[in-house]
Amino acid sequence: MKIKFPKDGRFGEFGGKYIPETLVPAIEELEQSYLKYKNDSDFKKELNYYLTEYAGRPTPLYYAKNLTEKIGGAKIYLKREDLLHGGAHKINNTLGQALLAKRMKKTRIIAETGAGQHGVATAMACAALGLKAEVYMGYKDTIRQKLNVFRMNMLGCEVHAVKAGSQTLKDAINEAIRDWITNVKDTYYLLGSAVGPHPYPVMVRDFQAVIGEEIKQQIKDFGKKTPDTVIACVGGGSNAIGTFYPLVDTDTEIIGVEAAGQGLKSGHHSATLSAGTKGVLHGMMTYLLQDSEGQIQETHSISAGLDYPGVGPEHSYFKDQKRIQYVSATDKEVIDAFLMLTRTEGIIPALESSHAIAEAIKLAKKKPKSDTIVVTLSGRGDKDVEVVQDYIKNSK
Amino acid sequence: MVGYPSHKDTLSAVRGLIEGGADIIELGFPFSDPLADGPVIQHASTISLEKGTKMVQFLSLVRQIRKESQIPLVLMTYTNILYHKGYEKFFKLAKEAGLDGIITPDMTVEESKEYLKAAKKHNLDTIFLVSPNTSKSRLQEIVKQTTGFLYLVAVFGTTGVQNKIQSYTISALQNTKKITRGKVPVGIGFGISTPSDIKSYVKHGADAAIVGSALIKLIEKTPSAKIQSAVAKFTRQLKLSTK
Ligand SMILES: Cc1ncc(COP(=O)(O)O)c(C=O)c1O
Repeated sequence: MKIKFPKDGRFGEFGGKYIPETLVPAIEELEQSYLKYKNDSDFKKELNYYLTEYAGRPTPLYYAKNLTEKIGGAKIYLKREDLLHGGAHKINNTLGQALLAKRMKKTRIIAETGAGQHGVATAMACAALGLKAEVYMGYKDTIRQKLNVFRMNMLGCEVHAVKAGSQTLKDAINEAIRDWITNVKDTYYLLGSAVGPHPYPVMVRDFQAVIGEEIKQQIKDFGKKTPDTVIACVGGGSNAIGTFYPLVDTDTEIIGVEAAGQGLKSGHHSATLSAGTKGVLHGMMTYLLQDSEGQIQETHSISAGLDYPGVGPEHSYFKDQKRIQYVSATDKEVIDAFLMLTRTEGIIPALESSHAIAEAIKLAKKKPKSDTIVVTLSGRGDKDVEVVQDYIKNSK
Repeated sequence: MVGYPSHKDTLSAVRGLIEGGADIIELGFPFSDPLADGPVIQHASTISLEKGTKMVQFLSLVRQIRKESQIPLVLMTYTNILYHKGYEKFFKLAKEAGLDGIITPDMTVEESKEYLKAAKKHNLDTIFLVSPNTSKSRLQEIVKQTTGFLYLVAVFGTTGVQNKIQSYTISALQNTKKITRGKVPVGIGFGISTPSDIKSYVKHGADAAIVGSALIKLIEKTPSAKIQSAVAKFTRQLKLSTK
């Protein structure tokens, strides 16, 4: 069922490269460079050096004893990507791509960001490797995640606020692609999730697969060959596919959690796999939230990082193959999960990651105490405390 | 752009184009995420969608134009719009309405199998784009697939008004013509706004010039009642520069 590197860029019917002709040479150059370096021992050594010494890998697999006891069901383990430099899994990918960009002799890096975590991780990797970065961010996101805008600025990175469309992640990607079309010769587009035209979904997955590989090793210390269940949140799907991919050929139950926002029936959500239909956006064929005319719909989530009407094509494939189950959590469930983890374990999770926590809480109750559930805690929640505070205030 | 600033204005603009001597009319259909377009067409798309433009209105516009003229009509829109309707189903309707061809800026030859099959079945031209950085071997491949004409993107960039003609564009035009060898006409577009732009491109071998954003800007600043005459006048000037 695993597809390592699809030659035609497709996972079943999903993926591909639907791009303006100007980008074709750039995408081909990227594909060739990635294939050349991904197994190159110097490249792997350097990436591993930065992941270990700079980003802080491996991250712990932490047994959340207090949370487990409070719920009284299956054991919950947290894969602590929140402890990485920058505070999220995003650095796994930005280090990999920035090192690749350097080898490709690109002098200018552009990126999009939703929650700002990918923007920060890009700014950090570029500062560390001596590259110049510019980041596109939806105007609405620059307001609700302004802490991350300051961080990017301080890291020497220019942030362009995008006022087109819904002013969120999708529009930031549109604008980054337009920049790339215009400056295609010297610019490297450092895409932040497992989305976009081939080879991005494969490449980002490979850089994030370190999460799942580590889980596979670390769970052995707890006397298990593989986890009974793994859970991760799905925006574009990079932390999720990085967690899942090394486990798809095992018996592990795999669950991706999307943002149900104010509820799937409300129309205000970002649950692409749960409620979407097939289509083409940002260079890929995948499930999308769109209207009856094929126009992309505005999405909603309390977490900026999940506020996206598309999803990585490999997730669409695993959904149709019925290998991975995709569920969703509402804003309210997410806030409850956020507070519960904060208070029981003293860990403040990102709102994105809190979607996965919410599902783990639901599921652990129904499972025996001998079961193990591994949840990928994709990021920390410092960036979100203001949003959470406002939510609590407004719901009183 | 269909429905911008209103459906009535689009029809007036089309009448102006016919009156002014345009050879082909390209009708843009709005997509929520037009990633190959610059600010002018993005804005027009947004407004048209806010006014609720749907595919049925595009089809009735085509039917209306067909009552008045046999001028070739091509649709420019993004893959998702066509895919969502179903290539086969939509191409049938569009052909019946009187459409002649389609331009899809995010459709690559690699992904075009179903699209081409459906277009061929309904006898619609599929106009592909090439860019100044397209390799020679790829250009040969695309020339095999394109019908009607070949669309050469003049600049590295999105659609919109440019000021100066780039030397790389001229070389791209000459290289493209060497490969098409007269088998299919080459139209050049993106950033063309003046008669003098067109004069230079025609001098270097362009068979057609495609003007989009500049026309939208003209429509934007012209009162509804004068759109037809203003567009006719502008078109006449452009057309004259091709001779
Ligand atoms: C902490 C965190 N988790 C998850 C995501 C969602 O991205 P993905 O689905 O690619 O992992 C983001 C995106 O900004 C994030 O910041």
